[in-house]
Amino acid sequence: MSTDTLSSAPGVGGPGKGPLLEVDDLRVSFRTEDGMVQAVDGVSFDVKPGEVLAVVGESGCGKSVTAMTLMGLTRGPNAQISGTAQLGETELIGADDSALREVRGERLAMIFQDPMTSMNPVYKVGDQISEQILAHRDLSKAEAKQRSIELLKAVGIPGAEERIDNYPHEFSGGMRQRAMIAMGLSLEPPMLIADEPTTALDVTIQAQILRLLKQLNTERGLAVILITHDLGVVADIADRVMVMYAGRVVETGTLDQIFYEPQHPYTWGLLGSIMRLDRPRGARLAQIKGQPPSLIEPPEGCHFRPRCPHAFSRCTEKPELAQRSGSPGHLDRCWLSGEQKKTLRTLESGDIGLEDAAA
Amino acid sequence: MSSAAEKATADGGGLLEVTDLIKHFPIKSGVLVNRQVGAVRAVDGVSFGVKEGETLGLVGESGCGKSTLARSILQLLKPTSGSVRFRGTELTELGRRELRPLRREMQMIFQDPYASLNPRKRVGQIVGDPLKLHGLASGKELDRRVQDLLERVGLSAEHIKRFPHEFSGGQRQRIGVARALSLEPKMIIADEPVSALDVSIQAQIVNLLEDLQDEFGLTYVFVAHDLGVVRHVSDRIAVMYLGKIVEIGPAEEVYSNPIHPYTVSLLSAVPIPDPRLNASREQVVLEGDVPSPANPPEACRFHTRCPRATDICSEVEPPLVNYGNDHWAACHHPVGREQRAPAAPAAQTA
Repeated sequence: MSTDTLSSAPGVGGPGKGPLLEVDDLRVSFRTEDGMVQAVDGVSFDVKPGEVLAVVGESGCGKSVTAMTLMGLTRGPNAQISGTAQLGETELIGADDSALREVRGERLAMIFQDPMTSMNPVYKVGDQISEQILAHRDLSKAEAKQRSIELLKAVGIPGAEERIDNYPHEFSGGMRQRAMIAMGLSLEPPMLIADEPTTALDVTIQAQILRLLKQLNTERGLAVILITHDLGVVADIADRVMVMYAGRVVETGTLDQIFYEPQHPYTWGLLGSIMRLDRPRGARLAQIKGQPPSLIEPPEGCHFRPRCPHAFSRCTEKPELAQRSGSPGHLDRCWLSGEQKKTLRTLESGDIGLEDAAA
Repeated sequence: MSSAAEKATADGGGLLEVTDLIKHFPIKSGVLVNRQVGAVRAVDGVSFGVKEGETLGLVGESGCGKSTLARSILQLLKPTSGSVRFRGTELTELGRRELRPLRREMQMIFQDPYASLNPRKRVGQIVGDPLKLHGLASGKELDRRVQDLLERVGLSAEHIKRFPHEFSGGQRQRIGVARALSLEPKMIIADEPVSALDVSIQAQIVNLLEDLQDEFGLTYVFVAHDLGVVRHVSDRIAVMYLGKIVEIGPAEEVYSNPIHPYTVSLLSAVPIPDPRLNASREQVVLEGDVPSPANPPEACRFHTRCPRATDICSEVEPPLVNYGNDHWAACHHPVGREQRAPAAPAAQTA
């Protein structure tokens, strides 16, 4: 077994091979006191080796539930899960606990949003990293500790030899997130799910963590599913983007397709709502009116219809995610014609945005 | 404190004038004798002014003292020393009772719309109580004014009887805005008013705040860590690092010609939501974390992380210097200084 942390991970195929992960028609709903919450409503996507897929959407759109379902973390007596998720040969949905244990950490790892609460405060950081290594690998405690030190070094924690004996509260937020990433990488999985990895961090620390993820992606061919609401982060690091709204994927395409030729009005609205650093203080923001719908009784047809200024009669019919007017590989869920999309998404200012219904 | 007088003139005064404001939180130790062993120097000598009708953006990373500064201005925290003058009145010397009429003119909007509304009160009470407490309205008149306020912020009269938990985050923030507006203040200090909200809702609240500013001629002090948001709303921007203002000036100036290396790296750390633009620009990634404000670095506080630091940075504290165009920065190695001569040569003997 290699102890060199920066060697390329075993099991990572070169680009051009088939997808690492294939998710098809994933549905997750939770029974609550108020009724059935359809958190994820037919999500399909794939991730190729060495690819960074960004999942974008607002809170409650189902992006985290999708990721947690892949890790088997949403199972419960009140949850209903259907669909398939193939990780290589393994089917993740419905896999039993021992099969999942083989997958977690080994072939698919996850890091969470809040580095303050995702570590156990009463165990040393090093012990928390070693624990996973000891459970999966036939190594002695001393070897596992050595490996943990190498991992901490690889993610850029200075003085790793001493830091390994610190408790989580002795780490800053950025260092904790680095330690979480080290933990995720400890078994050299080919894929990492990062759920809002930088949201709780300051911008200068965010830049450090993004640089680390980019480096792991290029040097080790690590595939990343990056869940975020920040389109700036997406533009910085992603290869492909999947935009989610109210439990459904409304648009998916390459980075350039989504940013320069967005097809779905919700994507236009997201792009228009951002207060950009590189733009002078200018006109009103092209805001999206209203708020996301309840997932207990989502609107009929297109979920975005009640907030969309361009909705018309056909929108009460559910649009499927398909190749419509976008270039190859660019799928969306909107009934508008390609010509309409092109003219409607451009605002008076020349920027992309959603026409302000109030204006 | 030597350059305090000069800093105060940096803005020609106006509605609010803060001079050499210091807020230290004592660190105590001991069981019987509660002796002070140190202090968290949250705000450590800050001076600036805000003119009527303008928006001053206050940016910085967490722990830089921006929220403490906001609260010290409103006297929600008693400053350790320094002066805060609001329309010519010195606030730091006033007692509770004397402050009350002035509080009508300075209101605050808080970050967390879940924690800043009393969960056991109805919206009508939350928005109406300030009016009642200041004896400005009662009975039918009160109901009418509350209704007007709610409509003004994009809610409706039917919401009066509801409790905060029945609203989404964005709607709650609207309630917070209505409460701040109820006393028809001159100035509103907004402490991270949109950072807890989703992007599309952020845009709604920012648009609302801008509309209200136009309508009522409000003055804002807008505290945020999101540089995009601050750029969008501010006329002038102050950048804070570890309890001090390191750069202050007109928004355009600070963003397009930053002088302080910290401002430069802060701006460069923010990813731009435009893949081509993002790929083409050069990023300065700062190493390390922000040092503790309980034990800040000597002299220039940024020198431990600064790519341009030299010996002088750890020995002499750089004063705020005017680089022309009302653009001030405190740095020994200002970025792009080669091209720009300071308008007011640094005459201080710090």
